[in-house]
Parts: sequence; structure tokens; C-alpha cells
Amino acid sequence: MPSTEPAIAVSNLVKHYPGGIAVDGISFAIEPGSIIGLLGGNGAGKTTTIAMIMGLVAPTSGSVRILGHDMPRERYHILHRMNFESPYVEMPHRLTVRQNLSVFARLYGVAARDARIAELAEELDLTELLDRPTGKLSAGQKTRVSLAKALINAPEVLLLDEPTASLDPDTADWVRTHLEHYTAERRATMLLASHNMSEVERLCDRVIMMKRGVIVDDDTPARLLARYGRNNLEEVFLDVARGRGEAAREAVP
Amino acid sequence: MVARYWYLLRSSWPRVFDLIYWPTVQMFMWGFLQTYIGQFGGLPARVGQTFIGAVMLWDILFRGQLGFSISFLEEMYSRNLANLLISPLKPAEFISALMIMSIIRLSIGIVPVSLLAIVFFGFNLWALGLALAAFFLNLILTSWALGIFIAGLLLRHGLGAENMAWTLMFIFLPLTCVYYPVSVLPPWLAMISWMLPPTYVFEGMRALLTAHVFRGDLMVQAFAINIALIALAIFAFLKYLQAARRHGSLLQGSE
Repeated sequence: MPSTEPAIAVSNLVKHYPGGIAVDGISFAIEPGSIIGLLGGNGAGKTTTIAMIMGLVAPTSGSVRILGHDMPRERYHILHRMNFESPYVEMPHRLTVRQNLSVFARLYGVAARDARIAELAEELDLTELLDRPTGKLSAGQKTRVSLAKALINAPEVLLLDEPTASLDPDTADWVRTHLEHYTAERRATMLLASHNMSEVERLCDRVIMMKRGVIVDDDTPARLLARYGRNNLEEVFLDVARGRGEAAREAVP
Repeated sequence: MVARYWYLLRSSWPRVFDLIYWPTVQMFMWGFLQTYIGQFGGLPARVGQTFIGAVMLWDILFRGQLGFSISFLEEMYSRNLANLLISPLKPAEFISALMIMSIIRLSIGIVPVSLLAIVFFGFNLWALGLALAAFFLNLILTSWALGIFIAGLLLRHGLGAENMAWTLMFIFLPLTCVYYPVSVLPPWLAMISWMLPPTYVFEGMRALLTAHVFRGDLMVQAFAINIALIALAIFAFLKYLQAARRHGSLLQGSE
């Protein structure tokens, strides 16, 4: 019988830093196979939330469960089933793409390493680049390599922090299409922090909006647009960021 | 992880050159000084005959720690640390890889230099045999203990602590009496000196090269202190890792 447990369950999560509160008691659950957008301005707490889900940052209080396991207590039961991609985390520049992917394949215990690298290279159009140093690639090519690294272990949970930042529209669209295919084919769960509203609108089944460390709204893109009376998520985002959305939020059924 | 560091080393000849360059320069400098002092005979010559051995053992200690720390720093320079820390790589596996790399990097530097010492100064490090194995074991353990401690500092404080990786070991140079016996230190400093395992190694080396006596007792004492140091270093590393997770330092990785 398939598990009914959420892929990611966050409960009363709090993170205090000496300079202030980054995340202030947020809770949400993400069903397996869904794509969730985490939206918010700079300093809203999105990156800290994702970092706590990955176990990179220890919560002050609250809990995170991934695929039924407690993070960080049971981190080694789940880390090989999840992965992460961000343009702000890079891979060694001097190593070739193949070497980098090979190292991560070993770290994640991928059985048929060479076959998996060849498969990803084919899917992400990296075959020609496999033996080039990663540092010599363009921003778009590096993003595809980072994506290949994030998919090397065919993760059930994929966390993405602004995956298309600084990419041209064509490459960004290409990356989004690939992510859509991946989650559909593997029934993977994806949590995506982004500032790109059209990206979130296109990819996400549900959007969690954060502001100053708290969740201020949580709904499907269509329902958010209807409730705020807006044509796109960017306008909804601005309503939330500028405090104009109180009436819409109070209208939550 | 060892494969990752090996790929990196292989891809960059300046990195390999750097491993050999400074140990060679040091060996020649101290070798010629030893030759010069040897011409005077008597006590100065006896003191001088340990210089090449001392500098080569010092290099095992210093380069062992540097090899460990530089491999760790490579992850910070390439902003790859977060990728590793969210992977299933365990701290013990990470530390083991850094230890293995420290031996590989050290071997690349010390083996050619030891051969040059035979050719130019007739000093055969390998002829020390079992004693060399005991010296090496104790020195590499101390270098790893310091390397593990510095890796913890880097996790917690980011590249702001980078200078510690390059300079912390130098406090051992005067304290562990690399070029002179412990007896020249004032008693209070000698007490501190005897708390450090390399002191036992350098005293043991002088006993072997000047009196031709292998002091196994010194090696056993050094080993016992090393075990305590390694345990302390691992404890500190894990505490720093916890603190880094609490303070969010692993997200920043830089200053």
C-alpha cells in the first residue's frame, strides 16, 4: 500500500539568529508528486526554510519530516533520496563535467554510474560537454550541469533555490520543461524557491507565500489570482509584499 | 572523495609543483648549513648533523596538516561545501578522505626530497627504518589532529579562519623543539613542550642521529598523547559543525 505520509512535513518551524527571527513558526505539508513554489521577497525566510529542510541549518524549534523520516536526526536515511540545486552553490571548476558527476554519483551510491551519467548527459544536452572543465562553461551550461548533479540519484524530493536565476529566457524555459518532465515521469516532489513569478505560475501546483519569516498565504496559483483579483502572480506578490492583500487573505475559506 | 581530490591535483601542475618546491628549498638550505657547521668539528658538528633530519620530519608534520587543510579549503574556494553536506557523505568519511589526501600530497613532496638528500648530502631518511615509521606515525597523527580542528574552525567561521590553516602549525616550530633539545627551554615552557607529541619525535630523532639510540618509550608516550589529541579534535570538529548548523554558517561559506 502506498504511503499516505507527506513527502515533506514542516511543523511549527522556527529559526532565530542573533540578529533576529528568520523563520517564525511555519507549518506546511507537501504531498508526494507535487510541485510547490515558495515565494517571498528578500529576507522572507525562503532560503533558511529550504536549508532547514536539507539539514544545513538547525531549527531553533519545530520539526521537519521528509519521506517519513525526521530531519536532521535521521538524515542518513533520507539524504540519498533527495537532492538540491542552486546557482549559488557550485561545483569544482577544474574538474570536468564527467568527473564532477562521477564524484557525486559515488557519494549518492548510484549503482550504474557511467550509464546514469550518459543518460543525464543525453537528457540535458551535456554529452558534448562531458570532458570539458566545469569552470569553462557558460552560465546556462553550468546550470544544466548543476541540474544533472541534482538528478544524479533520481531523487524523490528535489529542492531548488532560484534554479533559473541569471539564465536567458530560452535556457530558463528549457530547464523548466525538463523539471516538469522529471517530476511527471518519476512522481517526484519538488519545492522551488523563486523570484520568477511566471516560472512559479507555470510549474507549481501550489504556492506558499512568505513574508518576514511567516507564511502569509498558501493556495493554488489559480485560487490566489481569483482571490486577489489579479491577472498574474507578480501582482499578487506585490500585493503581499506591500501589505495590500489583507482583505484577500481574510477571504480564505 | 579521494577521487575528487585526485582529479583536482592531476589537473593542475602548479599544485603538484607547489608540493615539491618548498620542501626542496628547505632541505637544500638546512643541508648546506649542516655541511658548513660540520666543518668545525666537535659539538657544533654534532648539533648540526640533525638539521636535515629535523627539517624533513618538520615537513611531514607541517605538510601533513597543510595537505589535509588545503583539500578542505578547496571545497570552500569552489563553493562546493553545501553540495557535500547535503549528500549522504558522513563526517567520518569526509575526514578519512582528507587524511588519505594528506598522505598522498605529503608523499608527492617528501619522497623526491628524501632522494635528493641522499644524492647531495648523503642523508638517507629511509635508513632510519622502523624508527622512521614511528616518527612518521606520530607526526602524521598530530598533523591530522590539527587539520581536523582547523576544518571545524573553517566550517564555523568560513574563510575568515583561512589564515589559521596556513599559520597555526608554526606555533609548534619553537614549542616542539625541532632544531634544539627541550633542555634549552625554561622549565615552564618545557612543560608545555612535553604536552605536544612532536616534541617526543624530535627528541627521539636527536637521540637516534647523535647517540644511535632508538627511544621507543618516547614514541609510545607521543602516540598516547596523539590519541587524546585526535579525540579532542574530532570532538571540536563535531561541535563546530553543530554550531555552524545553528548559526547558518554552512549557507554562507565565505567570511
